[in-house]
Amino acid sequence: MQIDKQASEKLLGQLIRGELPDARGRFGPFGGCYAPEMLMPALERIGAGVRRWLHDPDFTAELGRELRDWVGRPTPLTPAPRLGREWGATVYLKREDLTHTGAHKINNALGQALLARRLGARRVVAETGAGQHGVATAAACARFGLPCVVYMGAIDVRRQAPNVERMRQFGTRVVPVESGDQTLRAAIDEAFRDWVADPEGSYYLLGSVVGPHPYPYLVRELQAVIGREARAQFIKATGGLPDVAVACVGGGSNAIGLFHPFLGDAGVTLLGVEAGGRGPGLGDHSATLGRGTPGVLHGTYSLLLQNADGQVQETHSISAGLDYSGVGPEHALLKAIGRVEYVSATDGEALAALRECCAQEGILPALESAHALAGARRWAQEHPGRRILVGVSGRGDKDMPTLSQVFADATGAANRH
Amino acid sequence: MPQIPPHERLAATIRNAERNEGVALIPYLTAGYPQPARFVSNLRAIAEAGDVVEIGVPFSDPMADGVTIQRASHAAIAAGVTLRWIFAELGRAGELAAPVVLMSYLNPLLQFGFDKLAAAAAQARVSGFIVPDLPLEESAELDQQLDARGIALVHLVTPATPEARMRTLCAASRGFVYAVIAKGTTGGASALPEDVTGYLDRVRALSRLPVCAGFGVRTAEQVRALSGHADGVIVGSALVEELEAGHNPGAFLGALRSRRH
Repeated sequence: MQIDKQASEKLLGQLIRGELPDARGRFGPFGGCYAPEMLMPALERIGAGVRRWLHDPDFTAELGRELRDWVGRPTPLTPAPRLGREWGATVYLKREDLTHTGAHKINNALGQALLARRLGARRVVAETGAGQHGVATAAACARFGLPCVVYMGAIDVRRQAPNVERMRQFGTRVVPVESGDQTLRAAIDEAFRDWVADPEGSYYLLGSVVGPHPYPYLVRELQAVIGREARAQFIKATGGLPDVAVACVGGGSNAIGLFHPFLGDAGVTLLGVEAGGRGPGLGDHSATLGRGTPGVLHGTYSLLLQNADGQVQETHSISAGLDYSGVGPEHALLKAIGRVEYVSATDGEALAALRECCAQEGILPALESAHALAGARRWAQEHPGRRILVGVSGRGDKDMPTLSQVFADATGAANRH
Repeated sequence: MPQIPPHERLAATIRNAERNEGVALIPYLTAGYPQPARFVSNLRAIAEAGDVVEIGVPFSDPMADGVTIQRASHAAIAAGVTLRWIFAELGRAGELAAPVVLMSYLNPLLQFGFDKLAAAAAQARVSGFIVPDLPLEESAELDQQLDARGIALVHLVTPATPEARMRTLCAASRGFVYAVIAKGTTGGASALPEDVTGYLDRVRALSRLPVCAGFGVRTAEQVRALSGHADGVIVGSALVEELEAGHNPGAFLGALRSRRH
């Protein structure tokens, strides 16, 4: 879907001024609230809670204290001179990997757990892909004494085993989902089913800028701390703004968080990097913005990987956190109006970027974040000598089972030759 | 002679069945499950035994459905069942003994195109649509297309729906009002919720249309318990399980209907 230049400028202005989403949860043509009737009163309650609390001074003060004392914010902006030399650029990394629990997910989980407590929730339900949102939610629920259940695709349970154990240590019940595609999409389906059974007592703590209104808005507001900090830190470190800000996009929460405070900076290119997987065939990648078409999944009208009959297609990515057929509606708008450029990086490019970051900077990024590094590296080669801000959304410790497997396979293959 | 619009015929069919049988029986089957080749014959048998037939359009992400209909949906998609195929099969089936409503998540309808959908549905003699992930607030566009051809967009109410909203939903619905009786997904509960009759009586008091109860209805005893409180009863997962087991749907539905033993 393309939007003409004049309408695009108007929509961008509205986004910058904080006028989107509108009261019905629309980001231009995208977004909305396509939820089962059973959930409508609960969504209405959350919407009212968001309006009441999200910008309330007491709430923001408590959130700010917890972000500082428990999460460890602000996270550093780390210069990456050796990567910069390799790429022919000035490179800074925004270190969400250094937050408590190891990824940007905690910003949202903490904020929503505080909201759930104020709304009187008796228990929290969440889905998780890579397990980072599950771990963050489990930790936040432990801190506030809320019982927690996390749904996780059976495939993800296997490939992110360390995170499953961490959730259990925090007292969360992890339910492997054997239905559907057994990854994030099936986990979201199942979390919704749980919520439908107890819409009054349970709070659904959704982990990305997807789902029915008000989630895409709520999660963006809680993640925008990444971009606000990074923007100020970049100016302080370099005296100016970056030429480009780069983030990986699955559902799109860390990218929205990084990009949003830069939307009004016309000179800053914004680059979202999706999972190119094994290649461009349907089912081989998770590049929803690059290859998707408009449709409704999980309560929102956005871009989707689907067939002509409207059946949502399975995806592939080496990184569980990007392995999702949908994407946040605000990203769909940002693409349609041309404010953010979306590209993809393959499994192989992400692995190479991960190794390079380990070797050059002593930082093990998550496989998700490695996609951002791969996209940034390519951009740097096309635009020599520029200033690049890369969002390192999480740390790669949770990927060790996958990495060991990949490197063992590679070694095995090398030995056979 | 002016034709009676399909949504009015749907409502009248349910009212007549309620008057004559105590409650209208609305069986549900997932299109093309368990075997696409058996769809039309199953449909005919079910239309003979029920008063209205609800056909499920399979979707990859049926988030309001329990395990039975999830399994049926995924298998039907794998067997090549699409909305287009369903319309073609309905055309092949010809006149059925009961009106047909389609239950579909929004995305398959959206990809088919709302304008073409209403025409294809009218052609296939579909009387109405139930769209579980399309709340009233987002429904204007589809409603307008269907309404132009007299096809019902059936709204759902639930035990969690506040009274003011319930009133609005009942007023906006066409054909009947779908009263979800149990929290959770389809096919879930083994016993009816305690306060179910009071809830149904409340919905009925607010609705000028017949009120049909669904989610988790499995036995003749439950059908009897709901008679007098609902105009119709929707039986989904239990029937799908019968079809899965290769049983005769007519016999199962006949037994559900039996008022005395």
